[in-house]
Order: sequence, then C-alpha cells, then structure tokens
Amino acid sequence: MAFTREQVVKIADLGRLHLTESEIESMSKQLTAILGFFEQLEAIDTEGIEPMAHCLPIQNVFREDEKKPGLPPDEALANAPKRVGDFFSVPPILD
Amino acid sequence: MATTYEIIIGLEVHVQLMTESKLFCSDGTKFGEPPNTLVSPVSIGMPGVLPVMNRRALELAIKAGLALGCQISRFTKWDRKHYFYPDLPKAYQISQYDIPLATEGLVTYDVNGEEKKCRLIRVHLEEDAGKNLHAEGGGDSLVDLNRAGMPLIEVVSYPDIRRPEEAAAYLETIRTLMRDLDVSDCEMQEGSLRCDANINLHITKDGNVYKTPIVEVKNLNSIKSVEKSLIYEASRQFEQWQKDGKVLGQMPKQTRGWDDARGITRSQREKEEEADYRYFPEPDLVPVVIDDALIERIRGEFGETSAQRKKRYIEELGLNDYNASVLIDKGRAISDYFEALLTHEVDAKSAANWLINDVLSHAEGRIKVMSDLPIMPGSLAELIKLVKGNKLNLNDAREKVLPEMIETGRDAASIVDEKGLGVVLDTAAIDAIVDAVLADNAKIVEDIKSGKGKALGALVGQVMKRSQGKFPPAIVNETLNKRLGL
Amino acid sequence: MSLIEKTATELVSLLNKGEVTSRELTEAFCDRIAEVEGKVKALLYHDRDGALAQAEAVDLSRKSGKPVGKLAGLPIIVKDILCTKGEPTTCASRMLENFKAPYDAHVISLLQNASSVRIARANMDEFAMGSSCENSAFQKTRNPWNLDCVPGGSSGGSAACIAAKEAPLSLGTDTGGSIRQPAGLCGIVGLKPTYGRVSRFGLVAYASSLDQIGPMARTVEDAALLLEVISGHDERDSTCANLPVPEYSKICRAPKKGLRVGVVTDYFGEGLDPEVEAAVREAVRVLESQGAKIVEVRLPTSKYAIPTYYMVATAEASSNLARYDGVHYGYRAKEYSDLIDMYKKTRGEGFGAEVKRRIMLGTLALSAGRRDAFYVKALQVRRLLRNDYDKAFESCDVVLGPTSPSAAFKIGEKSDDPVAMYLSDIYTVATNLAGLPGLSIPCGFTKSGLPIGLQLQGPAFAEETLLQAGYLYQQATDWHTKTPSL
Repeated sequence: MAFTREQVVKIADLGRLHLTESEIESMSKQLTAILGFFEQLEAIDTEGIEPMAHCLPIQNVFREDEKKPGLPPDEALANAPKRVGDFFSVPPILD
Repeated sequence: MATTYEIIIGLEVHVQLMTESKLFCSDGTKFGEPPNTLVSPVSIGMPGVLPVMNRRALELAIKAGLALGCQISRFTKWDRKHYFYPDLPKAYQISQYDIPLATEGLVTYDVNGEEKKCRLIRVHLEEDAGKNLHAEGGGDSLVDLNRAGMPLIEVVSYPDIRRPEEAAAYLETIRTLMRDLDVSDCEMQEGSLRCDANINLHITKDGNVYKTPIVEVKNLNSIKSVEKSLIYEASRQFEQWQKDGKVLGQMPKQTRGWDDARGITRSQREKEEEADYRYFPEPDLVPVVIDDALIERIRGEFGETSAQRKKRYIEELGLNDYNASVLIDKGRAISDYFEALLTHEVDAKSAANWLINDVLSHAEGRIKVMSDLPIMPGSLAELIKLVKGNKLNLNDAREKVLPEMIETGRDAASIVDEKGLGVVLDTAAIDAIVDAVLADNAKIVEDIKSGKGKALGALVGQVMKRSQGKFPPAIVNETLNKRLGL
Repeated sequence: MSLIEKTATELVSLLNKGEVTSRELTEAFCDRIAEVEGKVKALLYHDRDGALAQAEAVDLSRKSGKPVGKLAGLPIIVKDILCTKGEPTTCASRMLENFKAPYDAHVISLLQNASSVRIARANMDEFAMGSSCENSAFQKTRNPWNLDCVPGGSSGGSAACIAAKEAPLSLGTDTGGSIRQPAGLCGIVGLKPTYGRVSRFGLVAYASSLDQIGPMARTVEDAALLLEVISGHDERDSTCANLPVPEYSKICRAPKKGLRVGVVTDYFGEGLDPEVEAAVREAVRVLESQGAKIVEVRLPTSKYAIPTYYMVATAEASSNLARYDGVHYGYRAKEYSDLIDMYKKTRGEGFGAEVKRRIMLGTLALSAGRRDAFYVKALQVRRLLRNDYDKAFESCDVVLGPTSPSAAFKIGEKSDDPVAMYLSDIYTVATNLAGLPGLSIPCGFTKSGLPIGLQLQGPAFAEETLLQAGYLYQQATDWHTKTPSL
C-alpha cells in the first residue's frame, strides 16, 4: 500500500506537524515501507479476540474527593514559552 | 396546499458536578478564583503526570444517571479524545467513547400543564477544558486553566423535542433535578450548566417532506436564550430553505453562535477539516466496574425530588397550588427553608404566606443556600408564633418588627418589647371600647340585627381604630359577636 | 581494586561499615566521569557539586546516627526522562531543552528516601524512541566496548555509563526493549519489571500501556537491590499494582529448586546472528549444568510482535506527545503566522525525525476509517501474544532467548532504514505488549569483542524467579565481571 504525498500532508495536519518538502518525501517512502511491514498482521485470524488495551487486570482505582494545594501561579507558569500576567499567552484564537 | 414544518430539536447538556476537587487531580473547584491558581502538574498536563479518578465524581454521575432514568453500565472505561486547543493542555480530553457510564434515559417534563417526554441517548463523564480569553482587536489570547479538569457529565438527548419552549422546559427540569440531588448547582452564568442545541426542520410541501441541514447552536448562556435562539433558528432555517432549497446531506453540519444582544444566530468559522478525534482507550486509567451494592447505596442518597415535594405540599399540607409552586420553583433553598420553618411548629399555610409574601421580598439575587435569606427560620417562626398567639398585631409584625429583625439580627420578642408593640389582652378595655362603638353606631347595629351581616366589618374597623390597633382582631370579632348576640 | 571497579552490593557494604564515605565514593565516580565521559558521551547533565552536597548530607546523617536508606549513599545515574525537581528533564529533545519539572517522579523520591546520590542524567533516544541512542537531539552515545558502535537504546546512556563505570547503578525505562537491548549491547544487567511493578508517575510517557522503569547494573544482585528500592504501590499511578515488594536482593541469592527454563524455539530462526545463537545455546548448557531443567517452548505469535508493537506504541505516542504544542511549557517556534501555524512549526522544529515518524504512524493508526484495521487489530494480536506466554509458562518458570538478534552495530549503520532498526527489538517488544518482566544478562562476546545479551522472561510479578535464574547463571560464569578498557 503506497502512502501518498497527499495522505502524508493530511496526517501531518491532523497531528499538527509541519514537515518540510524533503521530510514529506522521505516520510511518504518510509511510511509506505513501514505500512507494508504491518500488512503481515492481516494474515492473523483475530475473529472474536477481545482487544487488549491494558496488561493488568485491575479496576476501580480511585482517590477520595479531597482538595490539595496545587502549584502557585509562578511555578505553574515557570516553563511557559509566553506569559502575560498570570496567564499563558498564545497567538489570537479566531472563532 | 399549505407549507408546514415541524421543528426537530436535540440537546447536549453539560453539567458540572459538585465536588471538592477535580476529576483526575486534587485541585480545588471554586468558581471565580484568580487565573491559574487552581492548577497542578496534572491539570497543566505536564510531562510525566498521571490522572487518578475522583470517587465522588463517579458517584455523582451515577446519581445523575439514575435520576435521569438511565441504565447504568456495569462496566465502563475512559477514552482519550484528541484535538488541539490552548485551553486543553494535554491536547486530549479524557472522556468516554464507546461505553458511556449511563445509557437510554428518559426525562419527563411539563410544558404549560402538558406532560412531555424526551429520551436520552447517553450520560457520560468527562473532564472540562480551561478557558481562553480572547483579546479585543486581535491581540494574543490568554489561557486560564482553573477550570481544566473539572468534572462534567454530558447528557445527550434524542431529537425528541418539538418546540423551543419545550427545550427550555426540558432544560429547566434537568436543572431542578440536578440541584435537588446536590449533583450540581447548575449556574448557567458560571458555566456549571451548559447547553448546545441541534435543530433542523421537517418541512411538508405538496405531500413531500424536506429536512433542512442540522445546525448546532452554541453560546447559550441562559434558559431564556435557549428558547429564543431556537425560535430564531427555526424561522431562519425556513427562510433559508425557501431561498436555496438545500436539504440535509447537501451541506456539512453547521455551527452557529447565538448573539444574545442582537437576537440572532451567526455562522461560526467553518472548521477547515472534518473533526477526527482519534479516540482510544485511556491507558493511564483502569476500567470501572459498578456493582448493585454501589447503585443501591447511591439510590439511598436520593432525597425527595421537587415534584414529590410539591405534591406533598398540596395534598398533605393543604397549600394552594400557587404557594406550593412558588416554594418549589424558587429553588431548593426556599423549600428547604420552608421545611425548616415547619420544624418550629408553625402551621404550614402561615409559614408559606410569610415566606412568600414577606421574607422573599427582602432577599437579594438568587437564593442558593438558606443562609442567603436575611433571617433564620427559627427567628421567623418565633415572629409567626407571636402573631398567631395574639401577642402581636399582624401589621406591626410585618411593618415594624420583621424589617428590624432583618436589619439588626435581633429576636422578635426584644423588638416588640422595646417598641411597646405587645398586644395587651385587657378584656375590660376591649369590652369598654366595643360598648362605646356599639352605642355610637346604632344604625349599623340595627342593620346587622336585621340580617345585613356585612356591616360587622365596619364595627371591627372602628374598634381597631379606637384601640390604635392594639387589640387582636380575633378577640375583637369574638366580643362584638357576643354583644350582638350573633 | 579501585572503588569504581566494585559492585553496588560491595559498595553498600563498605558504606555501611564506614570503610568509605559517600563523599569519597561520589568523588571517585565523578572523577571517572571527568576521565571517560568525553569518549562515551553517556550523560546529558552532570552536577558534581550538587552530587557532592547530596553525598555529604548522607554522610552527615550517618554520622549523627540518623537512619540511612538501603542505597547508603551510593551514586546513581538516571535516564533523562524521569522528572526531577530543579533539574532539567529534557528527554533528549529540543522540545524540552529548557524544561524544569516542578515535581519529582515517584522513583526519584524513592531514590532519595533510599539515600542514593544522583550524580548525572543519562542520554537516550529522543522521548525513548529508538534502539541506538542516535535519536538524541544532543549527542550520540558510544558503546564503551567499541566507540564506533551504538550502545543500543533507548536507555543507551544508562547502559553505557554502567559499562564505563561512571556509576554503579542507573535507571532506564523500557517500552519495547529499551532497558534490555542496550544492557545486552553494553554487556551489563538490565531488568524490565512487570507492568505495574514500578510507579510511572513522573516518567515522561512514550507509550503508557507499555512503559516501565527498571534497574541497570553490573550484576544481577545489584539490579535486585535497585529493583527493591523502586518497586511498590503509588496512589498517583492508577496502573501501579498494590502488591508487597519482596526482598529481591536477598531472594535472588536463594537457589530456586528445580528451575524450569523454556527455550523459545521461535527465537532461533532467520535473522539471528550465529555468534549470538552460539552464546545463547552455551548459556542453556550452563544453566542445565547448574541444575535447571530445560524444556522447549513455543511463542508462535512472537513473529508478529514488531508490527503489533509499533502500531500500539505509536498510537499511544501520538497521543502522549500531542501536549508538546508550545503553549504551556517547552519549545515554541520563533516564527509563525497564526495559532495553528504556531502548533505546526513548534512541533515540526521541536521534534526529531524518528519522533515525527512515530507521531505520523500513530496518528495514522488512530485516524478515522483506519482505526479498526490498524490499532484495534494490533490490540487483538497483543492478546494472542499474551495467551502464548500464559501457555508457555504452564511448562516452565522462565523463557530464555537472545536479547537482540545481533551485537552492537555501527553508528549510522541503520539510521536510514527504520524497519531494520525496528527489527533489533524483535525479541524484546512482546514482553512489554504482554506486560511481563524481562531480564538481560551478559552471556559472552563476539569475535570482535562486542558483548552478547541473554534474555529471560517470566510470568507477571515473577521478578524474583528471573533474578534467581540470572544469579544462578552468574554464579557459573564471569561475563559480568568483564569491563571495557577506555
């Protein structure tokens, strides 16, 4: 299954990844190779097999509804690329 | 042949659960705190952090599901829903995809005395996003994550609603139910109740049915705006259809925002791509198994619903329909206050009258808790009992004592003493004045004796006037009757 | 014998007897770092003064009679993916080059409680994605046995620093072989614990349902000691098992009577280097001579483990790495036209080629219309893989095979061929998919002097059996005592 340039661009957009022209080209080749490799899985009969999302058979893990102090704003924002007052700042969001 | 149309409405309602801490971490949940003060590495979505489920949030969601007549899933799990937005720090929301907490519910509600039913597709739990503040004039947007991770349930209805006013009544009913059960305070202004509406029309013309494209209406900040926007949107869709004839499937689902000031819906910028949320099971959280014991325990937490309360007020306490409705419709805090009054051994009708006619007029804004009312139930009960026991005149109680109690917080008895308003039961004084009034009003006495009973009121008025209102009207009546041999 | 030649277990004994101070020991390893790090390039961060301060604090505690933890002032190096308050946690990525976590990973707290001295942070493949350490954004770590070769990955720095004697112990993480494969390639011991044995809180996630933190050391005993310190329940990780922690360091020395070793016939086929095969077959003979019972077992689904792993791991990775979008922390592109462009440029510039490739694959695997054929299918095969193991463990206590199909390869040899690179994890990825423990121990050398790793895998929470088997093997061999000359 060939993975086209258009498909690469569409998936990159979905994952919010900017790719250069040469990256798009090599990604198209490599993804085609990798997906070809994945086609092996089609040979396995998995009819009726329950998908396994978790390894551990545990369930119902809860915490009690207790409030605890979090981070002060200065610590919360210490790693922010751009900060205005006590807010994270981003380019304008247009709705 | 006339062209007619039917409006088809389905609602997606988000209700914020009343917990102390967020859904997956221990940050507080208070509304209106300074920006980014209710945050932690988990709610900021920092590298390496993990969510841990809040037990109370699950219980409240089950409670809501039961109250909404849903089947509670015995096995449920968490999924990640992906999209990029600055108020969503992990770039995915922890939600529920293929196995929601509750399914197939039913909401019964009342529109102008007519009973309506709306089926529910599902109720699921999810975390809220933070808030983006958009600058005027295209400046940078600002992100506050205090709300990020707050527990929400999403209640998704079938498109069973047929009129805008039904949508409002449905939403009102959900709000009352969630408040009654202490699931949520459902403040639309604060965002703890949010609603998006899906609407389209089924137009019948010349025996053919045309379905208009579905529109999702957002930005609905009050129950009133839900109704107004749907009225507007229905006529807009009809006009649009008359213009272009476009039907369902000929254009993608559109999102329109309600502009409350202008009273119109406006198309929001079309998304550049079809949403692809790439759901998959949340590996950081384990599944939840719900057993009968938990469901029964939660059912045990159910108090009396508002509908049940109203019925009891009318059938058992003998309140009239109007008073019962006011007590219930003004919110849980009011009927809780009324319940508290009753524990002080005052009769139900007086308690309802005092509360509705006198106390509520002194309250400001919306009453959320009993203490929002200006006077405690015990103090009000004391005042009511003074009047009932003929120790205080009704007018004085209303006009002089209650305002003073509210203003100073003092008790009724001390105000009555200080102002000398106490009613003296001096029967000799009453007899004397009654005799004097009878003597001065021979004509009226004649009338009464000849059967014109209505004139008695005039005599009572004169006695009250001469006593400067200090005699209890009941005693005055009784004395007059006796003297006149009635 | 100089201090740095000794095993962790020997050094703990010296520290506890007062024959050496933590400061002396820390200085010795810091001096070694100064001597060889220029060649090996295993470390991304090394703070000699900070390390000495920690060491002095432990010495002071000991002097004043305060309790000292199990690691007794022993220096340790941690992979640069474990969040540590006040230190950079970069994951060897431009994206997090300047990120400082405001909190400690659970294992970091446990190391502190155990009185270890953190002396450095180890290089790795970016976000733990890779098998050679070549995907680090900052430097290429060399294999101490041959500086032209890779140390393996992703915990290449953590493996190379042990082989180079820069520290007696280190922590790595293993999502598909990232502890075991570099341990094998560098001739040291590495253990990937059962999923849920060690808390992942503070481990920057690559693939959440597969990631585990584990010990890397020169001997099985040393690995057991470190495993004992880092294992156990943590309420901040919902997937962390609430089970008691055995005294691994003692138990590993107790011989297991009638140990049954299952040789996985499926591993000895096409693609396995003959020198590696010979060394592993010799190891089987050694174990047999030590009293182990040898049986043959099948893991028929294991030939599909690589594509299954890359589907599951990249799907989770695409989700886990969505949060690096330039808003709340980490890198943000300098030039962009709007919000979406900011996201794309930030991620395009901040991530390296392999990370982008895996995000692309994972996004693809979860995207609308492909999810069932790719992601869900892989989860079904994952179940079959686990079933294979369950069946195999009916007839043996541990399964045995090579850690990797070949010894260390040359730097640059597989950089342009992702599939060839992925195949170097062919024997290790299934352990993670099944959530089981795996141990790699040195079992010989190639003719060109490169180490060969032997892998033992066990049932869930059977770490002690793996350690006992490994200890048994090391009692009869001296491969683990060999060190490279640098």
